[in-house]
Amino acid sequence: MLPLPEFTLHSPRTIDEALGLLAKPGAMIIAGGTDLLPNMKQGLHQPEHVVSLQHLAELRAIRVEQKVLVLGAMTSLAEVAEHEDVRKYATALAEAAGTVGGPHHRRMGTLGGNLCLDTRCRYYNQSQFWRSALGFCLKKDGEVCHVVEGGKKCVAAASNDTAAAAIALEAVLVIRGAQGVRRVAAGEFFVADGARNIAIARDELLVALEVPRVAKRVSAYEKLRRRGAIDFPLLSVAVRLDGSAVEVVVSALAAKPRRINGAQKLAATQVEAIAEAAARECNPMPNIDGDVAWRKQMVRVMVKRALVRAIGAAQPST
Amino acid sequence: MSDRLIGKAGKRGDLIKRARGDTPFTDDLALPRMLHGKTLRCPHPHARIVSIDTSKALEIPGVIAVLTGRDLPERFGIIPWTPDEHALAIETARFVGDGVAAVAALDERTAVRGCDAIKVLYEVLPSAVDLDSAITRPEIGLSAKKDDNVSKAVDLAFGDVDGELAGSDVVLDGDYFFEGTAHVPIEPHCTLAQYDASGLLTVWSTTQVPHYLHRELSRVLRLSPTRIRVIQPPLGGAFGGKSEPFGHEFTAAKLAMVTGRPVKFLISREEEFYLHRGRHPMRLHFRLGAKSDGTLTAIDARNQIDGGAYSSFGLVTTYYSGQLLSLPTAARSYRFSSTRYFTNKPACGPKRGHGSVQPRFAFEVMLDRMAEKLKLDPIALRRKNAVGGNTHTINGMRVTSNGNLECLAKVEEASGWKERRGKLGFGRGLGVASSAYISGTNYPIYPNEMAQSSVQLKVDRSGVVTVFNGASEIGQGTDMLMATIVADELGLPLEAIRVVSADSDLCPVDLGAYSSRGTFMNGNACLTAARLVKEKLIAAVAAKLEVPETSVFVTRGALCVRGREGDAVPVEEAIQLAEAKFGALGAVGSYKTPPNLGGEYRGGTIGASPAYSFTAHVAEVKVDVETGVVEVVKVWCAHDCGKALLPTQVIGQIDGSVYMGVAEALFEEHLISPNGLHRGPNLLDYRIPTSLDVPQIHSMFVESLDPEGPHGAKEAGEGPLHSSIPAVANAIYDAVGVRLHALPFSPGRVLEALRQRKA
Ligand SMILES: Cc1cc2nc3c(=O)[nH]c(=O)nc-3n(C[C@H](O)[C@H](O)[C@H](O)COP(=O)(O)OP(=O)(O)OC[C@H]3O[C@@H](n4cnc5c(N)ncnc54)[C@H](O)[C@@H]3O)c2cc1C
Ligand code: SF4
Repeated sequence: MLPLPEFTLHSPRTIDEALGLLAKPGAMIIAGGTDLLPNMKQGLHQPEHVVSLQHLAELRAIRVEQKVLVLGAMTSLAEVAEHEDVRKYATALAEAAGTVGGPHHRRMGTLGGNLCLDTRCRYYNQSQFWRSALGFCLKKDGEVCHVVEGGKKCVAAASNDTAAAAIALEAVLVIRGAQGVRRVAAGEFFVADGARNIAIARDELLVALEVPRVAKRVSAYEKLRRRGAIDFPLLSVAVRLDGSAVEVVVSALAAKPRRINGAQKLAATQVEAIAEAAARECNPMPNIDGDVAWRKQMVRVMVKRALVRAIGAAQPST
Repeated sequence: MSDRLIGKAGKRGDLIKRARGDTPFTDDLALPRMLHGKTLRCPHPHARIVSIDTSKALEIPGVIAVLTGRDLPERFGIIPWTPDEHALAIETARFVGDGVAAVAALDERTAVRGCDAIKVLYEVLPSAVDLDSAITRPEIGLSAKKDDNVSKAVDLAFGDVDGELAGSDVVLDGDYFFEGTAHVPIEPHCTLAQYDASGLLTVWSTTQVPHYLHRELSRVLRLSPTRIRVIQPPLGGAFGGKSEPFGHEFTAAKLAMVTGRPVKFLISREEEFYLHRGRHPMRLHFRLGAKSDGTLTAIDARNQIDGGAYSSFGLVTTYYSGQLLSLPTAARSYRFSSTRYFTNKPACGPKRGHGSVQPRFAFEVMLDRMAEKLKLDPIALRRKNAVGGNTHTINGMRVTSNGNLECLAKVEEASGWKERRGKLGFGRGLGVASSAYISGTNYPIYPNEMAQSSVQLKVDRSGVVTVFNGASEIGQGTDMLMATIVADELGLPLEAIRVVSADSDLCPVDLGAYSSRGTFMNGNACLTAARLVKEKLIAAVAAKLEVPETSVFVTRGALCVRGREGDAVPVEEAIQLAEAKFGALGAVGSYKTPPNLGGEYRGGTIGASPAYSFTAHVAEVKVDVETGVVEVVKVWCAHDCGKALLPTQVIGQIDGSVYMGVAEALFEEHLISPNGLHRGPNLLDYRIPTSLDVPQIHSMFVESLDPEGPHGAKEAGEGPLHSSIPAVANAIYDAVGVRLHALPFSPGRVLEALRQRKA
């Protein structure tokens, strides 16, 4: 078996206490641990201090406020997927959460952990032995990139299912740090750097995700994967419709989920044209799955399928 | 006996224990003062080991001992003619993952640190990481003589192939490629070794072949077999991946001897992919000839086999890649030429359906194409060329019971083949295929005249009977089968039978759980022993009641006398009478294959079996033409197992085979990168299906009552996998009109084929 490296586990009871612990050098947050622990076994992170959020009850709730839906960072993905209000006001997010891993991952895994998920790459998410045999890469311990020859910046893929949905739904991340609370739009939270694609400092804490409640808004999520479960996205597509206005976000490409510019000038019903724009703007890389040509072809298909479902949901049922 | 347990659906007591965590697997065992072992593995596909410096590792507190190849210089290998492995590489390491040193430490973490501290200087050598380089670059010299990379070549011909091809009305050619696959048992390999103060070495290991392990431990450790005891705890799946000795079994034992403390090696999921012995990648070129009336005239097969770094069972694999093509559908002539090459990759070996699953895929797809060409129903074509029962195949294998036609009829009927095939609309289709497999080989791995399977019964006067049984329970249910056979013969309840299996100190030898030999060979041995005990019970009861022995018979719970139903003697009492009359009660039974099962030519015994199982599949698929995703909606499988002794288990084996076949058809792909590195030695990158990806499976059995099988039974563990893959391939053709030549049928490949069809 791969042994877990040694570390000190902390279980703070308040957010302030947690923030204090996170100020220790080499500290990392553990929420559900479904990403952090396997990564630690593979030697990708060696935190000296691991700060658990399990006892911070205030991070666990889902609240329906007048203008927004507030989802605590520690809400389990299973709950996000099944919660009636989330399904209603943030359909794409509920659908996305429902496609993560398998039932066990969704029960243990949290929304916060998913939003802060480390980027993935087939040359990175491997054991220490494997990576040493290949030669380490930019993201961890090395100087080269195995995906882009001569590349100087890591292009590991955002592989979290909820990222595209959060962006499409114009969600806002609520972050606590030593300086207090700040809010960051999901569209700005994810940045184009595979080494770390999230705009949150290591001593900050994601507290909640706020999703606006907008009348008549509909959304949908489509995920490309090889099997019915326990597969990270090979493509991740979220669409949002406000009347005829449409937003399309595609992820699992590189570090930053991509908003399809070409879609913004089109009406939602121009399905083919929107799919075409997405196919033009998205370039899957050999960073996650071998069959890049297939993933490229599937951009159009997945965008179309998401749009068709969203349009269907927007029709008043007669 | 009238109320037999044999033939009835029933629960398996041991499965409840497994589900509840009560079954002690090898890793559940722990001994006082136990150390943990780790193997340092080579990061290069082919390298000369210039030097190894272990001094820094030994300085780490908690590291107790370090081994290198020189500590275990003896070669081993499952086939006695090709021992080419070392417990740890000595001069050269032959693939990424080859073991070069081993550490025993107080805990796993320290053992890993110990490995990291060992300095190995390598000189990287040219490597062959695919078939093409193995073929075109003989100078790499991976063979024993170092003059090429050939592991084994077999050329066999039966009948006038060239003449038949020349006289054929239709001749088809096809090229096929089967990427290798892995076994992926839930339980990884694990070995615990203890060397006690009296000098006895005990090895608990996840093996399907405890007897061969016993022999090889003795050879490699240069220790008398009288000082070695091998115990195989229950296994969490094996599928052929545990059917030969592995390096860590020797290093665990050696480290236990060196340190005087128990040592355990638990293999990681990643290392599982390096130990491998999975299904060989094969490139197959097939030529098939037929007359316009559907008579198959000739099969000409050329197979290139990618063997990986070591011989493993390769000699047998090479034969199996052709020998089993003469059943159940045969041509008037046939030949095959198979060459297995060494490559610098994890060694391939036997996986469920050893060596014959790949050619079966090629051949059954060729049959489908031939049927289309001849405008015949594919089932009709198979019927027309079916080999019957009580005959010999063209390559000289003796066939007795044969339920092939019944299998075809069952799947034809159940799937609605006649009404539905070709009529499901574009995107949906049905495909058929059929196959045959051995019920054990007639040839022990090392030549000898002794029994292949033996069972010893101990009868206690309380009414408990213990079956000491050399066979390996690997999840397939042999323990339950032995208990049931004994319970039925002696009229005892199942709960009164204990089974002790696979312990070299307690049980007589059985050769192991491979080549689907358990039910047939072990079952026969057990039946023989049980009948000997039964005779004693009958004799004792007859003497007591003063009736002829022929009038006494066994019922559940009692021995009765024909015509004197009131005089029943409870079995427990009969046992006591027999013990009083004969002394301590027990019996041994053994099984050895009859002579002359195969052809009279070199290799004629390989592939020959005392009985063959038969299988037919119909698969129904749905193809999404936008994404290329193939969904196997339903599979109908009929399997001739001779007699379903434990029907629930037979159905379980068929279900499992279909699952595994569909997994290989759609998902599994054991890929090594051009740099020799495994593409992704983990279960996210190496995809096996989840429960959501499993088709509906309709499993049926056919009972052809084999004349030599125990109660007529034959194998059910491997046969039902074979034809599942070509059935899916043929169904895809029926659905969308494309032929796929390479496995797996991934969406990218399907889309590409659809694009080419349009063009
Ligand atoms: C077999 C397998 C399959 C999987 N499949 C999928 C999949 O299909 N899709 C998918 O998206 N994911 C998948 N995952 C990854 C993972 O299970 C999910 O992303 C899950 O949501 C992670 O949540 P967690 O609570 O377990 O995170 P953790 O593992 O606890 O944390 C993940 C990261 O987020 C940080 N973090 C956690 N919470 C916070 C917070 N509140 N503030 C700041 N940082 C935080 C941690 O420090 C860590 O770096 C899979 C994992 C496995 C093992
Ligand atoms: S994209 Fe390049 S740098 Fe980033 S993880 Fe992959 S190989 Fe490493």
